[in-house]
Amino acid sequence: MTTKTNAERNPKLAVWKFASCDGCQLSLLDCEDELLAVAGAVEIAYFPEATRAVVRGPYDLSLVEGSITTPHDVERIKRIRKQSKTLITIGACATAGGIQALRNFTEVDDLTAAVYATPAYIDTLAKSMPIADHVFVDFELRGCPINKDQLLEVISAFLHGRKPNTPTYSVCMECKRRGTVCVMVAAHTPCLGPVTHAGCDALCPAYNRGCFGCFGPMETPNTAALSAWWRRLGVADPQLMRAFRSFNAGAEAFRKESEAHEHADH
Amino acid sequence: MDEHAFVLERQHFRHLLAALQERGYQTIGPTVREGAIVYDVIESDTDLPVGWGDIQDEGSYQLMQRAEAALFGYTLSPQSWKRFLHPPDVRLWQAHRTDGTFSITPAADEIPRCAFIGVRACELHAIAILDRVFLDGAFVDPIYQRRRAHTFIVAVNCGQASGTCFCASMQTGPAVDSGFDLALTEVIDAERHYFVVNVGTEGGAEVLNALPHREASAEEIAAAAQIVAATAEQMGRSLETANLKATLYNRSEDPLWDEVAERCLTCGNCTLVCPTCFCTTVTDVTDLSGAVAERRRQWDSCFTMEFSYIHGGSVRYTPKARYRQWMTHKLASWIDQFGVSGCVGCGRCITWCPVGIDITDMARRLQTADQPLGEAR
Ligand code: SF4
Ligand code: SF4
Ligand code: SF4
Repeated sequence: MTTKTNAERNPKLAVWKFASCDGCQLSLLDCEDELLAVAGAVEIAYFPEATRAVVRGPYDLSLVEGSITTPHDVERIKRIRKQSKTLITIGACATAGGIQALRNFTEVDDLTAAVYATPAYIDTLAKSMPIADHVFVDFELRGCPINKDQLLEVISAFLHGRKPNTPTYSVCMECKRRGTVCVMVAAHTPCLGPVTHAGCDALCPAYNRGCFGCFGPMETPNTAALSAWWRRLGVADPQLMRAFRSFNAGAEAFRKESEAHEHADH
Repeated sequence: MDEHAFVLERQHFRHLLAALQERGYQTIGPTVREGAIVYDVIESDTDLPVGWGDIQDEGSYQLMQRAEAALFGYTLSPQSWKRFLHPPDVRLWQAHRTDGTFSITPAADEIPRCAFIGVRACELHAIAILDRVFLDGAFVDPIYQRRRAHTFIVAVNCGQASGTCFCASMQTGPAVDSGFDLALTEVIDAERHYFVVNVGTEGGAEVLNALPHREASAEEIAAAAQIVAATAEQMGRSLETANLKATLYNRSEDPLWDEVAERCLTCGNCTLVCPTCFCTTVTDVTDLSGAVAERRRQWDSCFTMEFSYIHGGSVRYTPKARYRQWMTHKLASWIDQFGVSGCVGCGRCITWCPVGIDITDMARRLQTADQPLGEAR
């Protein structure tokens, strides 16, 4: 083995964090068996959650977790974008604004006044926004948290210059392939699976729970039709609003559907 | 019903399972799991849904305790035998990179010899359709072929139709006519619980001969025939098939398609539960190092965007186009393609559509729409 020349050196990977819980980055550390393979295939250049060593940019691949919530975030993501050949956002915060996008439905000043002793010290934006609202994003990986197998797939696809296999159809497709009995049909349990992006391998229905929508809207989400059926199952507007207003509250299709139930009187 | 029928007493039913197991078959049949009667591996008759039935309607399924201890008192499971003959996810091959070249290893396809217990008439017709799709013509599907070649079929005549059944309209049931090794009709009267058995193949005869059985009397045969005849009167749904193909072709621009698209979630459930929908997608994956690649085949659906993706975008980008494609293929162009309808009237797409979209209702509305019909194709 000779030392690798610059041309054949491993791609430099950086992992960045914005407003988020760290859960998605931890999915990478959670790869256990595959972690050595990852370390063998890329040079981990910046990943504070895993190592203090810092290699300067530019970076071949940046994974970005978290949403944009402050003016400082806006500047920082622009700098990161400039240093990244490929930028992939991971998780509901980075792709839809996360649970913290609940602030988008209220006045942020009211919230800072309620939470902080000296709200004047708080410099924040009115909304929690996905990364793609501020910079160009090469690929968005959904999930709250992301699925580690999908993360490995995305990294592998990047390394080999191919498209990642991360289907955008409904959770129902995974649910049926898995052979789970539909909880909505057989137990009349409200399930967001039909309007939710696949990726979790239909985890909740396999444990007799309705889907919570962790992966955000699927490719062609017919949220209104699903809501109409949920009503037949006895779900009222306030619960409907909350169902669509969780980790992916800021995703367009879910945001609109939650708003449709906000002031609806039925 | 065949005049040569036999009787297997209820208390001897377990011998049937044992005889099949002794012959090296994995016995797959109905069992209660996750609030439904599903097809899965069963060991003995205690695994069967003794005394259970089901109530099915659009978008709704419920288990129901029956008055008698019938083994086959339910109607249809959430998913069909397709799962076992045409599996939802299979690895086709793996490639390993070594020394600047690569070698391909075909996937080891371990196929258990399966005996299907409780196959209904519509399901036999569905298997016959899959046989045409996968085994006829120049391109035979080896995955299906290997599984199908080793299948032993114990069919059951339906003693009960569900709210979403319409096999009578499709002339695929409820009476079993062909495609089985053994066919049973479960008879329960005030004194007795027994099965009237018809033999379909030599293999079936061989298994039956290993069980305690006797020739059926004319009364027993009549009792069995009466049960199936009564089931034909219980169909929860119906479909008028005369001119249906022409109606679907002529009404491809009907506003009714917009209406159904407003309700359709494009979730794909209807296609995956359908016993005849056979579409798959092929996916190539690589590992991180690039030393191993593999190709997998998974069930796909005409309701996904990627299904009709060609360079530049999806051809059927509207939900309307996708629902229309599915229903028109199932009930019309399937006939042009394979010589039979793609629908056997099992009703699964109606029961398991999470928002209860009903293919028979849609057909009826198209058939009775106000606009005059154009020239039939
Ligand atoms: S349980 Fe939910 S995800 Fe699964 S098929 Fe039913 S609606 Fe779809
Ligand atoms: S189209 Fe519906 S009723 Fe017809 S065979 Fe398929 S699932 Fe059964
Ligand atoms: S018809 Fe029903 S099951 Fe089929 S894609 Fe539409 S909503 Fe899903």
